[in-house]
Amino acid sequence: MNKALEINHLKKSFGDLEVLKDISLNAEKGDVICIIGSSGSGKSTLLRCINLLDIPDSGEVWVNGELIKMSKNKAGNYYPQDQDQVDRIRTKLAMVFQSFNLWSHMTVIQNVVEAPIHVQKIDKNKANKLGLELLAKVGITEKADQFPSSLSGGQQQRVAIARALAIEPDILLFDEPTSSLDPELVGEVLRVMQSLAEEGRTMIVVTHEMGFAKGVASQVIFLHNGHIEEQGTPDELFNAPKSERLKRFLESNLAI
Amino acid sequence: MNFVDFCESLPNEFLGLKVQLMCNSTPKLLGGVPLTIELVLISLLIGFLLALGLALMRISKNRFLNVISRSYVFYFRGTPLLVQIFLIYYGLAQFDFIKESFVWPFFREAYWCGILALTLNTAAYTAEIIRGGLQSVPYGQIESARAIGMSGILLYRRIILPIAFRQALPAYGNEMILMVKGTSLVSTITLMEITGIARYIIAKYWTPVEIFLVAGVIYLVINFLVTQIIKYAEIRFTPYLEHAKKTR
Amino acid sequence: MDSFILLRFGDTGWGDEMLRAAIVTILVSLSAMAIGLLVSVFATMSKLSSNGFIRSIGNTYTTVVRGIPELLVIYLLYFGANNAIMGVAKKLFGYNQYIELPVFLIAAIAVGIISGAYSTEVLRGAFLAVPKGQIEASKSVGMNKFLIFRRILIPQVMRYALPGLGNVWQLTLKDTALIMVTGLVEIMRQAHIASGSTYSPFTFYITAALLYLVLTTASSRVLNSAERWANKGVRRA
Repeated sequence: MNKALEINHLKKSFGDLEVLKDISLNAEKGDVICIIGSSGSGKSTLLRCINLLDIPDSGEVWVNGELIKMSKNKAGNYYPQDQDQVDRIRTKLAMVFQSFNLWSHMTVIQNVVEAPIHVQKIDKNKANKLGLELLAKVGITEKADQFPSSLSGGQQQRVAIARALAIEPDILLFDEPTSSLDPELVGEVLRVMQSLAEEGRTMIVVTHEMGFAKGVASQVIFLHNGHIEEQGTPDELFNAPKSERLKRFLESNLAI
Repeated sequence: MNFVDFCESLPNEFLGLKVQLMCNSTPKLLGGVPLTIELVLISLLIGFLLALGLALMRISKNRFLNVISRSYVFYFRGTPLLVQIFLIYYGLAQFDFIKESFVWPFFREAYWCGILALTLNTAAYTAEIIRGGLQSVPYGQIESARAIGMSGILLYRRIILPIAFRQALPAYGNEMILMVKGTSLVSTITLMEITGIARYIIAKYWTPVEIFLVAGVIYLVINFLVTQIIKYAEIRFTPYLEHAKKTR
Repeated sequence: MDSFILLRFGDTGWGDEMLRAAIVTILVSLSAMAIGLLVSVFATMSKLSSNGFIRSIGNTYTTVVRGIPELLVIYLLYFGANNAIMGVAKKLFGYNQYIELPVFLIAAIAVGIISGAYSTEVLRGAFLAVPKGQIEASKSVGMNKFLIFRRILIPQVMRYALPGLGNVWQLTLKDTALIMVTGLVEIMRQAHIASGSTYSPFTFYITAALLYLVLTTASSRVLNSAERWANKGVRRA
């Protein structure tokens, strides 16, 4: 049985700054992996290298047993060999962004069904039906025909989650999904994410919400300065942290 | 070697263009630069003062002044500069009462008609730039000034005007370039600035492309210098924006 | 007053000539705007290119055309185009006669090139104004380059570009007045001819001014409606 996600020896630098210094991790189907760490530790970059929004300098990304083919161009830079393969794999890897990134010229329902209709070529009626079901699932049906600008942050993020679910991905990627939200709105988004985890979805979540990581994750990874400093179950990391840095990090994030 | 010898040393024709003639005509065309600069500077200066008045009228509570200012801007921004020039130079000559009045010596001179047209034109655009600058001052910054007890002229002098000035700088720089280009239109009413001299030379030698190319280069150089001046002003007056640009 | 008699329609008045000239102005402006937009698409792509050489082509175009007086651009094209075509005809076909391209075409292309330089700046700014996140979200659901361009980029670029392009239109409309030097009978030329014939320059230039005001005002109205349509769903500050 193929692992849902396999990352081997990923390295990434931005100019002189080495952000990821040899990262390897695995995810089985149904895993909920939370990546925690301080700002600048490389968490978002790691996530973005999975769906190639950022292109790693070296390393391998396997999605459901399929390797994303990379090669070096004339300048010696790593780049994806087959853009079609990348586009196809991306439909298995939906991402939810910190700043929601809903398409502002489309209504909520249009945002949700855009990829199913135009990328996956699903019949319009079928897509709309699925879209409305998903909006109901995240609790936002009544806003279906409104534009994102009239929604609150929490509502927009829930639409973004519905949009990600609409392409029926194998793995959901969350890039600090609640970091831009007012505290009162964080809860509604975390609740949706929790129900997704309980359904058995494979999720990789970069987050500062320690409570969520402690309660929902199957595995927690603590990133520091581009290295995986510590890795294990939530119980192991939060209740018995081994490394000094993790202990200090947990102390300064006393939201638990 | 001197300039004339240099021109003689060039090939007579290159790429179908009479290069020697282009070279020889350059000093004659450069002779039009002083008049061009004069027209630009005078019209910008008086136009700016007029624009200040128009901007004040525009934000005044007096409805009459408001309407006058708005109509003025509407007319001068809604019609081409060429029409405005022709109306003053050719149009006013239609009326006997003007020809017989004391203003006639002014209006029969192409020079004064040109300056008047350019001034009135730039005043309208500048008034809008000033208005835009004043309106773009973030309200929060005015509120915080009021909150510490600033008001009236002090508020304008220390907070509103400095910020408005910096916001309007790029737009006004653009207007300066448009004015330089606008002076070329007064060549149609016999003034001998760069374009006027160009047309005169062309009438003599019938080499329009060559001469207009040289004239074009001269304008490019002038406008380049203007852009450099604006850049310097932006750096000098808005150093905090430079930092923001670099750290983006 | 005499002026009203002069502006009457029919044989005795110049009213119908002025109106016909206004239509020519509108047609030249529309053609020039269209040509300009076409040119600006290429110039924008050039300016946004990662290749330095290609970028410099676009930059040279906009810098030069916006740095030279419009009158010069029109003169250069008017005289240059005819000479160039004649040169080519001579070299390729040995054709020695005087060739003159249709004035409307030259006028439209000349103003079009000017208009295009300004449109390029507007389009470039609009492209850069589209929030990066919108494109990233599109990539993350597997959209390919063409889909992203068609479904996400273009609609958003149009929204950002519309006000600027509206300004370029007003500019183009007013720049057509300079076409009078080519002999094409648009508003200014007609006014010039009429005032020469009747010794009433003020009457006709004021009429010309009024015609331009009508055109620019009507354009503003249309553009405001277009802006409101393009901005549906956006909460304005």
